Amino acid sequence: MAENILVYGLVASGVYALLAVGFSLIFGVARIANLSHTAFYMLAAYLIYKLGSGAGLNIYLSIAIAVAVVTVLGTASYRLLIARVRQHEATTLIVTIAMAVIIQEAILKGFGGQPQSVPKMVSGSISILGVSVLNQQLLTLGVVMVVLIATWLFLMKTRSGVAIRATAQDREVAGLMGINVPRIEMLTMAISVGLAAVAGALVAPLFVLTPGMWAHPLVIILAVVVLGGLGSLKGSVVGALVLGFAENIVVFLAPSGAYLKTSVALTIMIVVILIKPEGLFGVVFEEERG
Amino acid sequence: MSTLAACATKPFKILKDEVLVLPGRTVVLLACLGLLVFPAISQEPFVLRVLILASIFAIFAASWDLLSGFTGQMNFGHALFFGVAAYTAAVLNMNLGLAPWATIPIGAAAAVLAGLVVGIPCLRLRGTYLAFATLAFPLILVGVVYAIPKITGGELGIYGIASLAGSRVAAYYVAIPSMIFLGFVMWKISDSKIGLIFHAIREDEVTARASGINTTRYKLLAFCLSGLFAGLAGGLYAHFLKAAGPSTLDLLLSFQVIIWAVFGGMATIYGPIAGVIILYPLTEFVLIRYLGVPTETRLLIFASIVLVILLFMPRGIVTWLRDKTEKVCPRCKLQNAAWRRTCRVCTAELR
Repeated sequence: MAENILVYGLVASGVYALLAVGFSLIFGVARIANLSHTAFYMLAAYLIYKLGSGAGLNIYLSIAIAVAVVTVLGTASYRLLIARVRQHEATTLIVTIAMAVIIQEAILKGFGGQPQSVPKMVSGSISILGVSVLNQQLLTLGVVMVVLIATWLFLMKTRSGVAIRATAQDREVAGLMGINVPRIEMLTMAISVGLAAVAGALVAPLFVLTPGMWAHPLVIILAVVVLGGLGSLKGSVVGALVLGFAENIVVFLAPSGAYLKTSVALTIMIVVILIKPEGLFGVVFEEERG
Repeated sequence: MSTLAACATKPFKILKDEVLVLPGRTVVLLACLGLLVFPAISQEPFVLRVLILASIFAIFAASWDLLSGFTGQMNFGHALFFGVAAYTAAVLNMNLGLAPWATIPIGAAAAVLAGLVVGIPCLRLRGTYLAFATLAFPLILVGVVYAIPKITGGELGIYGIASLAGSRVAAYYVAIPSMIFLGFVMWKISDSKIGLIFHAIREDEVTARASGINTTRYKLLAFCLSGLFAGLAGGLYAHFLKAAGPSTLDLLLSFQVIIWAVFGGMATIYGPIAGVIILYPLTEFVLIRYLGVPTETRLLIFASIVLVILLFMPRGIVTWLRDKTEKVCPRCKLQNAAWRRTCRVCTAELR
């Protein structure tokens, strides 16, 4: 029991963390709550299914193509749709919801509603301290760690990363310092969607794919970013760990836990923001001070 | 005698001076009359069903607007009020045998309570935090609904409750007048001093507080009022469909109401109502029946229409139309038809 909670909790947390970090990035930089974020994650998973099982491509090649295609699509949709309405906050939300619904319906049309699955990249399992772990789960955890560290290094150590953080802190001053703000926002959107696509690639072999699979992670990552504090990457990772484990503890221990896992995770989020309205590691943004 | 004559001519005076002077209000009057006489033209059950559901969702969308459009308290979990009222009405009808005229108001009262339950903790939150926190409430309740199937019927929900009215046409004449009446009440509220304070809270809460407005109380009032109207819609919905299921608490319903409201135009009340009355029948049967759109692409078409309209009219379709046909008097801030040279009340020159 405990080992199941540990393994499944870690895998779920890792996927949520990847998704939440991407969501948080574009929210922090451009103040866009991209509700189609997890739809892109689903799209990547389905593309891998299509390229791998349908077209018979090598799994790694299909992952590379899927991540690239989704990143380009996401960035293009930002440029063509979101950027045009972003000064109207509510309209931006509706446009991103509409994008998510369009992706969902397109997938339903293209693949049908029945659950699909993607073959595992690595088969078999190993035993760590007497706990049997699928190799695929280990690979997922490893990739999550590497990608998160790479994102962190990119943001902290490169010029573009500094520019992204500067834009997140203060758009106007960043612009005055010679940072090309619209370009940085495009870059951030590309990274954000790219992270979602990587998360999609990681879950494709582990979960079953259905056209409705974007809704649950969306709810959870919204809770994760609020719990951790909007715009804080550290908060996103901690929030993902808290909710990922909370869900799996409920699933394995509580009666009718599969129904209650979302309720419990969301209740934890509500309780935390009641005590600390800006979340665990919330940044108080200049324009949001009241 | 003269008072009697005044009473008799008053409606005509209002009609002439308040309604027919503005193209928007004239259209609303014609649309209401058109909906009221519609069964004389066609009594096709399916069409009536779509119009009844559209009017119920119109009340629901307008109640979202009263809270989120006016006070700016973005509610992403508006389905909570709808679902709480629907389930309350269904449980009361099923277990105690209360009639719809009793269960719908009690359901609405339960939704007002839900408004308080959400409103009080959310008073400390603002903007995006508030939006994402409110999103959680209906989903928490869905989990509970699934976990206690004995009371709530689990995934299937509660079905077989009393019908709203004897026949489809009778139900039509309950739903449509309710929509017109409740829409009018909400519009009057939004036009009153309370509505003005709601506007002030959205525009600048600190300034509103500095002007001596107890913003906490008014925000809670907005949550309760919104819950009341959404709850009435939820009760009507449950009794019309004779069922209350988890779909009344669904994430998609919460999103849908925002889509309708933003599509129509926020902070207007009539915008969301028009949004539903246009979009819902359009996607439910007009496109499918007359333009040969396949049923399974319905949602795709719906999302695409919303996307395209919002790209060109980001403030909503009704707001866009209103700004094309009406302008605001620079002196007394009243709406005037766009073709007038001078204001209809204060005769100031319109630019």
